[in-house]
Amino acid sequence: MERINQRLGLLSALPVGVFLAAGFLAPLCVVAAFSVMPQKVFSLANLPDFSSYAIMLQEGYWESLLISLAMAFAATFILFLICWPLAFAMAKVFGRFTLVLTIGVVMTLFVSENIRLFGWVLTLMKGGLIEGYWRNWTGQSFDGLLYNVPVIIFGLVYVYLPFMLFPLAQGISMVPDDARQAAFDLGATRWQIFREVELPLSAPGIVVGCLITFVLTAGAIAESKLLGGRAVIVISDEIERAFTYGQNWPLGSALAMTLIAVVACFAIAGVTRIDLDSIMGRKR
Amino acid sequence: MHPSKSGRIGLYLYGVLILAFLYLPLVAIGFASVSTARYLSFPIRQYTTQWYAQALESDTVSDLLWISLQVATIVTIVSMVLGFFGALAFARYQWRFRRLYQKLILLPIFFPQSVLGLALLMWFNAIGITPTWHTAIIAHLVWIAPIATLIIAIRAYSFDPALEEAARDMGCSTWQTLREVTIPLLMPGVVSAGLFSFLLSWGNFPLSLFTTGADLTLPEWLYAKMVSGYSPLVPTVGMLSVAASIVLVALALTVPLLINRFTRKSSD
Repeated sequence: MERINQRLGLLSALPVGVFLAAGFLAPLCVVAAFSVMPQKVFSLANLPDFSSYAIMLQEGYWESLLISLAMAFAATFILFLICWPLAFAMAKVFGRFTLVLTIGVVMTLFVSENIRLFGWVLTLMKGGLIEGYWRNWTGQSFDGLLYNVPVIIFGLVYVYLPFMLFPLAQGISMVPDDARQAAFDLGATRWQIFREVELPLSAPGIVVGCLITFVLTAGAIAESKLLGGRAVIVISDEIERAFTYGQNWPLGSALAMTLIAVVACFAIAGVTRIDLDSIMGRKR
Repeated sequence: MHPSKSGRIGLYLYGVLILAFLYLPLVAIGFASVSTARYLSFPIRQYTTQWYAQALESDTVSDLLWISLQVATIVTIVSMVLGFFGALAFARYQWRFRRLYQKLILLPIFFPQSVLGLALLMWFNAIGITPTWHTAIIAHLVWIAPIATLIIAIRAYSFDPALEEAARDMGCSTWQTLREVTIPLLMPGVVSAGLFSFLLSWGNFPLSLFTTGADLTLPEWLYAKMVSGYSPLVPTVGMLSVAASIVLVALALTVPLLINRFTRKSSD
């Protein structure tokens, strides 16, 4: 039995494993190789010189990285606050309404994010849904609500809400009701139950939710382009520009490698601390 | 311990509010798609369906639909197959590198998609492949196959390995066990993974952006029109794409129920 399991496990991991080696790891190696090439070359047949990293430090590209990371932190934190009560209710309070909510939220994921963000542009712009009706009813006009940093964070919160909500709900459903009941019987307040029972016991879900949100928001690009109108330039935007306008693949690669390295530090630190079997519902 | 009645009502209201928040932009697009004005401004004075007629007649739009449809269909089929075996290795078999494999599978999901698209573009260039919509299929799969694996794995966790062992003890070959026991048991997971794969590929933008070359998918075309200025066809085509997704999900939710009812009736 043991031997069969070993063999079948390896065999069935093979198709997706080989595909990802060719479609994910190999491209990453190409990016890593390009990042140490001299400026503006389009082939890997050159001597490495690390000039891209030097340019990145000298010409202030790290500012874009900091902006992206700061906005990702802000969006992740806000999403945690917004999603916690709802995730709690989905796991412990709502009965059939949880299914309705789940389908409702998942459906939005299937609509391309640029269509949804464009919907917000139509809602928030001058002459849009909000300003237009406000002017119609009150006769007063105000400028559109677009093109600033808060609206970019708002867009991130909007687009990535499902990625925080579902892992949190999954994490909270792992907190046994008995533990909460016991704490309550022993005289714990609502806040103490949250801090001492729910938070630690649902930690795997929290880690997954925060990580995936942080990683995806740090690399997000459409929010700042469509809603922010380039009020700030995020790191993904710099990367894309280096590849397209700049025609400078090595610089773009170096920026991408830096983003990947920062994000990977967080991801690896988080992922090694959680047990995937228990989150995904292994029967014991 | 359970929330009080007012607390429960508050939570329900909060849930409805979040749903409303998620759908508000689509409402704005819906209104925009039936406005007569070439340059949109709310409140809308006159309503029309002319943009829908124009979109449905347009050759550009039907070309875009066709490319997006082909990409999504192939992505769905391949990710169902990759995900099925991937999920068995993820959840079912106890093998030596399973923990490591579980974490490696997650990496493409935990990865900025626009960067992944660019990395693939450079990789295609390095091995001498010209990007077309065929290469976009590869790009979508790098992100979607792991998601399909996870969805099927959730199903695989909940089935009892003893069923497979019993089949094997009764003399089934590995292939027979797979065909007669494992595949039927995992089928619901495979179908929902297929649905997710199709819809995620249908709506994907960041991966397509860099990997389709001269071809365009529907989300890419919409984006190009959005940044180059307003066109009344953008909300219309956006709404059509949303409607297509809704129809597909509605079919996926009702067809199994109907089949269930039908088979139960015929067995009575």
